[in-house]
Amino acid sequence: MSAISRIGYVLSIAMVLSGVARSGLAANAVPPKAKAYEIAIQNFAFAPKTLTVPTGTRVMWTNRDEEPHVITSAGAQFVSSKALDSGDTYTVTFSKPGTYAYYCSIHPMMVGTIIVQ
Amino acid sequence: MTQDTHDSRTDGRRQFLKCMAWAGAGTLWLMKSGVLHAHPLGDATPAIKDAAFSFVQISDSHIGFHRAPNPDVAGTLRRSLALINAQKTRPTFLLHTGDLTHLSKPEEFDTLAGLMQEARVSRRFYVPGEHDVIGDNGAEFFRRFGEKQHDGGWYSFDQDGVHFVGLINVLHLKAGGLGSLGTDQLAWLKRDLAGLSSETPVVVFAHMPLWSLYPQWGWGTDDSAQAMSYLRRFGSVTVLNGHIHQIQQKVEGTITFYTARSTAYPQPAPGDGPGPGPLQSVKPDALHRYLGIRDVRHVQAGGALAVTDEELS
Repeated sequence: MSAISRIGYVLSIAMVLSGVARSGLAANAVPPKAKAYEIAIQNFAFAPKTLTVPTGTRVMWTNRDEEPHVITSAGAQFVSSKALDSGDTYTVTFSKPGTYAYYCSIHPMMVGTIIVQ
Repeated sequence: MTQDTHDSRTDGRRQFLKCMAWAGAGTLWLMKSGVLHAHPLGDATPAIKDAAFSFVQISDSHIGFHRAPNPDVAGTLRRSLALINAQKTRPTFLLHTGDLTHLSKPEEFDTLAGLMQEARVSRRFYVPGEHDVIGDNGAEFFRRFGEKQHDGGWYSFDQDGVHFVGLINVLHLKAGGLGSLGTDQLAWLKRDLAGLSSETPVVVFAHMPLWSLYPQWGWGTDDSAQAMSYLRRFGSVTVLNGHIHQIQQKVEGTITFYTARSTAYPQPAPGDGPGPGPLQSVKPDALHRYLGIRDVRHVQAGGALAVTDEELS
């Protein structure tokens, strides 16, 4: 009984804290600087296939396929991901301007480009 | 997800039996007078008395995959191996044409290796699929399953006068490309075949199709034409691949190409839908269109393996 009430207490604290965090975010009309640009991996393709981002932004891939994929930079310009299973994400911060071609190392017909300006 | 309107309590079992319909699949190959004849496992027992020897090909077990439409890929592989063990004449060896695992994890390799011990065959041969070489260029795969004849992992052996060649086409893939053999392997292949008479039956196996089956989905190998140019002088060449989880065949002169079904899950026919990947919500009455299964209702009723419509021999 006491264990259950303790769990309830911890949960309610957590809910209060997350509520505070959420309302804090909501108060910001402008998205925070650290927002990641998102690329979906779906049907063995990257969407969008070409993405243009400002220097210093984060790019996050999400695997929405039932197949694993591996984000690999053509020419090793950034670190490759591990095998991304369904639902897994991979994030890279692009701190230098340039054109970054990448592909899936196990399904190499899947190609994409990130242009950092 | 499923559009079945029947009693939902039986859905789990029905789903599993559906898996058994198209998985649990392997191909028994009989060598007769230098020509290979294929028989889907689970079909009526073929006449094997005039065969010099037989072997079984299985493929694409994807140990570690656990989603629709097959949450039990270990179970369906085990069923395949039981079918092999049920053959009256023991196959000389078992050939697995890649994608043993889903994510190249050590525990997935462990499971696969353990299950393969259940097959009552004296030898097992493997080539890696792209799922088996993630993160380490196949180091773990080759350590466990490689024949260790050459650094690149490729190998050859002879069985009753037939020359078998195992090729690797899932490594060092280029952006925008397909499967790749590479110049080192092609040079070795040329040397390996050089000493053979043109009457020697040759069997070549690799994971990805060694022909342009459907390049839009990556179903092909960039430099396979070079390999075929070395094989064209032989009177009987059989090319065995996996990767696409369905049976496709093509004859080109004396070269016959064949892709195997998966022991885990089916994939769509070439170009059918937005892309490859597991066919997640295959309805029973549609299965035969994708998989060559003759009677799915029978499978639902009794759990017996369905047979394909293909006349393979």
